[in-house]
Amino acid sequence: MSRRYDTKTTTFSPEGRLYQVEYAMEAIGLAGTCFGILAEDGIVLGAERKITNKLLDEIPFSDKIYKINENMACSVAGITSDANVLINELRLIAQRYLLNYQEPIPCEQLVSHLCDIKQAYTQFGGKRPFGVSLLYIGWDRHYGFQLYHSDPSGNYGGWKANCIGNNNSAAMAILKQEYKEDIKIDDALSLSMKVLHKTLDVSKLSPEKVEMATLTRKNGKTVIRVLSNEELNKLIEDYETKLKAAEEAKEKEKSKKPSS
Amino acid sequence: MEFLIGLTGEDFVLVASDSTAGRSVVVMNEAYDKTFKLGDKVMMACSGDPGDSVQFAEFVAKNVELYRIKNGYSMTPNAAANYTRHQLAQSLRSSTPYTVNMLIGGYDEYDGPSLYYLDYLASLQKLPFGAHGYGSYFTFSILDRYYKKGMSKAEALKVLSLCLDEVKKRFIINLPSFNIKFIDKDGIHETSLQDIQAS
Repeated sequence: MSRRYDTKTTTFSPEGRLYQVEYAMEAIGLAGTCFGILAEDGIVLGAERKITNKLLDEIPFSDKIYKINENMACSVAGITSDANVLINELRLIAQRYLLNYQEPIPCEQLVSHLCDIKQAYTQFGGKRPFGVSLLYIGWDRHYGFQLYHSDPSGNYGGWKANCIGNNNSAAMAILKQEYKEDIKIDDALSLSMKVLHKTLDVSKLSPEKVEMATLTRKNGKTVIRVLSNEELNKLIEDYETKLKAAEEAKEKEKSKKPSS
Repeated sequence: MEFLIGLTGEDFVLVASDSTAGRSVVVMNEAYDKTFKLGDKVMMACSGDPGDSVQFAEFVAKNVELYRIKNGYSMTPNAAANYTRHQLAQSLRSSTPYTVNMLIGGYDEYDGPSLYYLDYLASLQKLPFGAHGYGSYFTFSILDRYYKKGMSKAEALKVLSLCLDEVKKRFIINLPSFNIKFIDKDGIHETSLQDIQAS
């Protein structure tokens, strides 16, 4: 019987739920992992690259991380074609604001504006909601570095660290445990490696499977940079040596214990 | 026949406007305030068609206020000036354009004081000093001679008083009184010629 309330996105079920919106969120739970970590001196955004094929041609900026304007970037989990529409919309909103005020749009205004569009698709008939969750990173003069998350229902919130997509609960657990208020961007990068290692179903991390970007401020300007393969390799190596060291320490502790 | 003048100082911006409201050859009100508040630290002085001035200024002021309510912070002086320009430029290309000249002054904690000159053809310029109306013909030479970067309030008021005296002396139309306001980090304040003479 519940199927009766599935066909129309804008009809409530007797329990007061909107199934299509919930299904959209379910779809995101299967998508490639994305996460963001807010540091004192910048933000880290990371994403899992699901389709890796050596025949794929190279892309100019990035697969999963999109630059919106000079101060903002975002990453998506969900249906990529839906996401492309939303990113197009985001860039338009940002440029429209720039045209009106000759200033870059403050982060929350952009997020809230896009969420108004997402919300409309959960209310007006004949449309399905966007199957996309986004993580936005940005800087503005009002609130400094910011990380936002929005889901298909049109809800959004500001976060210190967040993860969406596949295995996000495992990542959230790590982030909750290890996040510190005064974290610096370098520590955020090494924490990212741990998050990726625990969420990606691989025994060994490889730069082909992940994409990372940082957003920092330099000389009064926002710098959004996608990490190169070499940088990623270095981060992975550092993480692995740290992991090995921790394991060895554990081993030593174990062998010590019975003797004491 | 109206006169607006503004200049930026070290940590403030000074804006003065004549306080005569006239119609045809008749003075209707000699204590008329041509300035509009666009937030705590932004203000706009308008001249031009009297009806248009009020209509347009109130439209802008209310939209700037809506922005503040929506977002929890005010527009920067730069954003407010560019927003005003954008609205005026759109009106200019309609069948019923507003004919308003403006000076927009503001103080911003990052950018400091700023003054924007905006005319009825929607050309916007950020300037150290500016003036609208016939009075500008008499005062630009004085400002060129006496304006210095980073003036104190007393110095700026002295230069302003030189300008206003010149207008009163040489301009054929009588402009007896002025509204003088300055904006600094604490907001918008009113001052008068008596204060200038006292200082």
